[in-house]
Amino acid sequence: MSAETRTMGKRRPYRRAMDGWWTRNPFFVRYMIREWTAVLVAAYALVLLVGAVRLAQGEAAYSAWFESMKSPFALAFHWVTLAVFLYHTWSWFEIMPRTMPAIFVGGKRLARGVITAAGIAAALACCAIVLALALGGGR
Amino acid sequence: MKRSSAPIFWSMFGAGGLLSALVGPALVYLTGIAAPLSWGVPLDLMSYPRMLAFAQHWAGKAVVFLVVALFLWHAAHRIYHTLHDLGLHSKALGQWIVYGPSALLTAWLAWALLSIGF
Amino acid sequence: MAEGDRSPGASIEVEVLRYRPEQDSEPFYQSFTVPYAEDLSVLQALQHIKDDLDSTLSFRWSCRMAICGSCGLMINGIPKLGCRTFLREYYPGRVRVGPLNHFPIERDLVVDIEDFVGKLEKIHPYIIPREPRTLDQGEYLQTPRQLQRYLQFSNCINCTLCYAACPQYGLDPAFLGPGITALLHRYNADSRDGGQAKRAAIMHAEDGVWGCTAVSYCSEVCPKAVDPANAINQNKMASAMDYFLRFVKPGGARK
Ligand code: SF4
Ligand code: FES
Repeated sequence: MSAETRTMGKRRPYRRAMDGWWTRNPFFVRYMIREWTAVLVAAYALVLLVGAVRLAQGEAAYSAWFESMKSPFALAFHWVTLAVFLYHTWSWFEIMPRTMPAIFVGGKRLARGVITAAGIAAALACCAIVLALALGGGR
Repeated sequence: MKRSSAPIFWSMFGAGGLLSALVGPALVYLTGIAAPLSWGVPLDLMSYPRMLAFAQHWAGKAVVFLVVALFLWHAAHRIYHTLHDLGLHSKALGQWIVYGPSALLTAWLAWALLSIGF
Repeated sequence: MAEGDRSPGASIEVEVLRYRPEQDSEPFYQSFTVPYAEDLSVLQALQHIKDDLDSTLSFRWSCRMAICGSCGLMINGIPKLGCRTFLREYYPGRVRVGPLNHFPIERDLVVDIEDFVGKLEKIHPYIIPREPRTLDQGEYLQTPRQLQRYLQFSNCINCTLCYAACPQYGLDPAFLGPGITALLHRYNADSRDGGQAKRAAIMHAEDGVWGCTAVSYCSEVCPKAVDPANAINQNKMASAMDYFLRFVKPGGARK
């Protein structure tokens, strides 16, 4: 039976538009914020990329770049970026229980909160290691 | 049904997302705040000789390359999807707009790191 | 809630999205005042409207006990089952009821789920025995651990709430979507099943798992805790592995 023969002439399915869909539910607003963190992640990657290029261009170029990192604008940018990265860390591990295969412990599915907490703990540990290496090691 | 090429970009998205979630805050704080302000870090933390030595070592090169490239491709994948979310229907166009520049920037990064030498 | 709220004669305003294709050019909200009681569901409010106020109102329902999956509605903007959502959650405010988002509206609160059913038929939603057995060989045995791998995904009641929650499906109806992928995974993950190869092409396609951006609102609204977002996203990993390893894997290159 084709769709035509099965359906009567009065059928006129109404399709609703999707414009502004993400403004209609706080959950979607949060999703959008999570996705938009990418803009500052990209911007930060660009800052480092320019630093690497300046480094390749020699001492004068590199020092000028590092000097520009001390401008109020650059500092403000990095404070905002830090906040956004912290949000990214939280949101990455918040969604993690949904994205990885379930883990069963003693016959029970590991709770979402446990996985998120473990991820954030891992991030804290990794950040601590990076800071320790930069501050202590290498000397 | 055509197989999607998404796994390539998604893998980099995932690796970059995980890496930035794990060490991103510490890196931003160090390179963007602590070092420029000399807050409790060695004064020469990001000095030219030290950074040069870091980037000349093969391991240092690898770290810089992975951090910058993966952060970039992580962001690129999200931005590509966001363009679609906001109404850019053509996935092919979105890929060109976002992955194209990302590829160029990655090449530029590789060039810079290589020209720093070993 | 104050005691007086339950007094006889209490009422609540219910706004219902109406769309009668033979006379309305587009949907509009119609307001009804229905008797309120603490134990009345939104579905019962609709039944009251149809029985006593306006018999032309169309909506779907059957079991009234959250198992048939036919009474999905947008209730104050959130996909829910009408039969297990109660007026008391909104009283004394009004309740706004609409047809499930992202599906074409057929009439009033009835949506066209042809697309969903079509996708369901395509994924081989049944066990394809890994090794055929004859009756006298006995039943297929399964350990509790093997059962656990798919049990949650087998609880789906095809209510399509997750589709109404999924913006990616709304933006592009070609996307396989949450519930169907959860079912696809339910069979793939069953130790008795050997049909994974048959379902692979659908899963690996751009409109398969890769249409998902892990919004994960589907899992929030699912009335049966199926967690369809989990089914999709763990299969991204599986699909990516297959993508990269297909040439080195024994069994060779599947397209
Ligand atoms: S996965 Fe949940 S929300 Fe989706 S159709 Fe099945 S029961 Fe309904
Ligand atoms: S009427 Fe069956 S699920 Fe609500």
